[in-house]
Amino acid sequence: MGRTPRPGTGAWLGWGLAAGVPLLFLGVFFAWPVLTLVGQGFLVDDGAGGREVDLSGFVEVLSQERTWRVVGQTLAQASAGTALSVLLGVPGAYVLYRCRFPGRALARGLVTVPFVLPTVVVGVAFRSVLAPDGPLGFLGLEESFVAIVAALVFFNYSVVVRTVGGLWERLDPRAEEAARALGATPWRAFRTVTLPALGPAIASAAAVVFLFCATAFGVVLVLGGMRYGTIETEIWIRTTQFLDLRSAAVLSVLQLVVVTAVLVVSSRLRARREAALHLTSDRSAAHRWRATAADVVPTVVTGVVVAGLLVLPLAGLVARSFRAPDGSWGIDNYVALGTTGGRNALSVTVWEALGNSLRTALLAAAIAVLVGGLVALVVSRRPRSPGLRRAVGGLDAVFMLPLGVSAVTVGFGFLLTLDEPLGFDVDLRTSGLLVPIAQAVVAIPLVVRTVLPVLRAIDPRLREAAATLGGSPGRVLRTVDVPLAARSLGLAVGFAFAVSLGEFGATSFLARPDTATLPVVIYRLIGLPGAENYGMALAASVVLAVLTASVMMVAERLRGDAGGGEF
Amino acid sequence: MTIRTRRAVATAAVVGLLPLLAACSGDDAPGEATSSGSPTGEAQLAGTVTLVTHDSFALSDGLLESFEQETGLTVEHVAAGDAGTLVNQLVLTADSPLGDVVFGVDNTFASRAVEAGVFEPYTPADIDPSVTALVGDGLEGLTPIDEGDVCLNVDTAWFEAEGVEPPATFEDLLDPAYRDLTVVANPATSSPGFAMLLATVAEFGEDGWVPYWEDLAANGLKVTEGWSDAYYVDFSGAGEGGARPIVLSYATSPAFTVTEEGDATTTAALLDTCFRQVEYAGVLAGTDNPDGAKALVDFLASAEVQSDVPANMYMYPADATVELPAEWEQFAPQSAEPLEIAPADVAAHRDEWIQQWTTAVIG
Repeated sequence: MGRTPRPGTGAWLGWGLAAGVPLLFLGVFFAWPVLTLVGQGFLVDDGAGGREVDLSGFVEVLSQERTWRVVGQTLAQASAGTALSVLLGVPGAYVLYRCRFPGRALARGLVTVPFVLPTVVVGVAFRSVLAPDGPLGFLGLEESFVAIVAALVFFNYSVVVRTVGGLWERLDPRAEEAARALGATPWRAFRTVTLPALGPAIASAAAVVFLFCATAFGVVLVLGGMRYGTIETEIWIRTTQFLDLRSAAVLSVLQLVVVTAVLVVSSRLRARREAALHLTSDRSAAHRWRATAADVVPTVVTGVVVAGLLVLPLAGLVARSFRAPDGSWGIDNYVALGTTGGRNALSVTVWEALGNSLRTALLAAAIAVLVGGLVALVVSRRPRSPGLRRAVGGLDAVFMLPLGVSAVTVGFGFLLTLDEPLGFDVDLRTSGLLVPIAQAVVAIPLVVRTVLPVLRAIDPRLREAAATLGGSPGRVLRTVDVPLAARSLGLAVGFAFAVSLGEFGATSFLARPDTATLPVVIYRLIGLPGAENYGMALAASVVLAVLTASVMMVAERLRGDAGGGEF
Repeated sequence: MTIRTRRAVATAAVVGLLPLLAACSGDDAPGEATSSGSPTGEAQLAGTVTLVTHDSFALSDGLLESFEQETGLTVEHVAAGDAGTLVNQLVLTADSPLGDVVFGVDNTFASRAVEAGVFEPYTPADIDPSVTALVGDGLEGLTPIDEGDVCLNVDTAWFEAEGVEPPATFEDLLDPAYRDLTVVANPATSSPGFAMLLATVAEFGEDGWVPYWEDLAANGLKVTEGWSDAYYVDFSGAGEGGARPIVLSYATSPAFTVTEEGDATTTAALLDTCFRQVEYAGVLAGTDNPDGAKALVDFLASAEVQSDVPANMYMYPADATVELPAEWEQFAPQSAEPLEIAPADVAAHRDEWIQQWTTAVIG
């Protein structure tokens, strides 16, 4: 393990600030609202006009059989979804980040599309395929565990591909080449040399995917009905429909326990495998695609996943979006995007909503990259003192929590705390500013997880050398960390932007109608009768998908070495 | 941005707030608040009024703007999620309200909000008797803005093609001839689903509704999470290739399946299965701008907005004297005798009924 040189007072101040700003942000916009709401669930009137703590809800909820069934289902769905995403995603990362072939940029853009599609649209699309009369109806998968897991993989495949791919393309190929030269088969070389090096990125991605799967709720409700409820769907129903804050609070605590356990396990896994890797900053790591087993097998796997799991439902969506209300084919639905819908369904046109989405996403991505970048920077250091080292590890875990806590809990918590945040006389609850902030809270863990594996893999000797040569800490950062992390930073910007474009949960009850975002507008359209509105919802979803794919492609092009003429 | 104006308003309000708060928390008779509801002098209105609604609120372009011009008020609109989420947010923020006026609290949720002290009772001075008639027991001080029927719909074209007589009542659905033909939304996750649950409670009574649902489930009932996936995935009449010709929807839905010639519709609502939802507007207790809030409620109840309701909110205006769109008159009549449950009963039994329903139907 390398060590960071002993810092001076200025550096201490710098690091303190770098850790303090994100902590303040997370405290105000996450911890405080969540704790306040959960606290409400445990407070009852004491009969004398005051409030007292009552924890009997624990006994009641934890003694229900249903609660444990729900916990079991949450763990089963999330584990299966995560395992499959990783198994399928690693070959995908290889093909899309280690091989060069025509159309690669497009393929990279494409795999991110599902990540931002509104869950109600995906739910309806999946159900249309699996319903008894649908193309795959004969499989009898409607309202099944398999259907839910397939949808979870559909949403999260890109998280694995991109997080793992981001590190893989930077990995110095010489170690693997050396193993091959010593007679190892490609598989053996991969298993003994490359896979351990990818370990931290895989663990990172798996943790994120697990949290996304464990807290998925829209698609679980649509595809599984009440039968496949998860902790998240229970919290959602008990909060928004019954205002049963007592049960919701108990379930939130339960969810937090599960999430914390996952984070602890994943950080142990990461810590054991983490080592400084040899990263290259040029593009030499990727090779031209060859017709060898090492390239063909992952390509076939990836091809099947992309064609079967991603393209099939998306193609159905695109095809349907070109069917006019009267059943003929045409671009009527796209023309209608310039209007406010059949019989004035919306208060803004879809194009205006698109503008709102872009503006919001830009702001959210800026906040997320700033805060998440600081977190990644702090966490990437390994201070000498064990206490500090533990603190740094804790910081890492704490910023993952927003992925593991229900959006409803956060959203309702906002209502209780942000009428006068920190005593400022600004009612943030109804201000348009809260939407990008809420989205940034969700995007920060993704930024951290994308940038961190790369930052951690930087050989500390590089920094030490730079420092020994007289570089100030700031200069070391500029000359060593930033250039090497730039590529993953580009990805992180793209991810944060994509999260914001697709976010619905928190946005739906924070967005003001005049600033409605694209997913909000799509939900509204699909919730109304009339073929025009349904067609418009699908066309708007396609627009959202195309926009996302383009953003991701641009983000990849912007990552540092602008001169690269690879594509 | 209007944040600045809000802040100014808030600061100004703090000065004059204490006597106001005292007035609010005092035990004003609702009647007193009602009688002060004469049209407020337009000259003294000023500042911002925040209108909190559910997601489905919309008005034609320019309508709110002309209200702002006439009154000198600035209206901010906040959409707070679906109807249930909206009410629960209001209850949760009763001490520090999200705005000044709410629209979209319906008769299945309103009692909960009234009990929590969310509203400051107010009724506009001159409203039509048809509007007053819609105020539910215990909901005095709220102003009905629109209403709509949640009913089963059938794909008449499907029944014609199959040579089967379509069902007409809840009882009919238990007939083996209609096995595997019905899809409805879950009452726990969707407001039309809950409305149908209430309709069956009204139809079969406290003791009869659970057995009815058990029989319905035994006859091949399908339950989806929400209205849209029932209608667009499973219903055969939506033109999306669904397999089931009986769906839970609205009395107005047939107006959206009118044939190309425009002289007929391919679906029909079963008017003996309808539960009537009424949506209310109300002044939020603790508002900074009571005069502005009252003026906004007056505006929502005005003929101008009432005639705008069908086209924008897909609901019937509360005011029966307002003219309806032609295709609604023709294809989307309301139920003559909708099924009803008193709001207080709904509030008292909501959770229990949904639990019972879940046990009976989902298992």
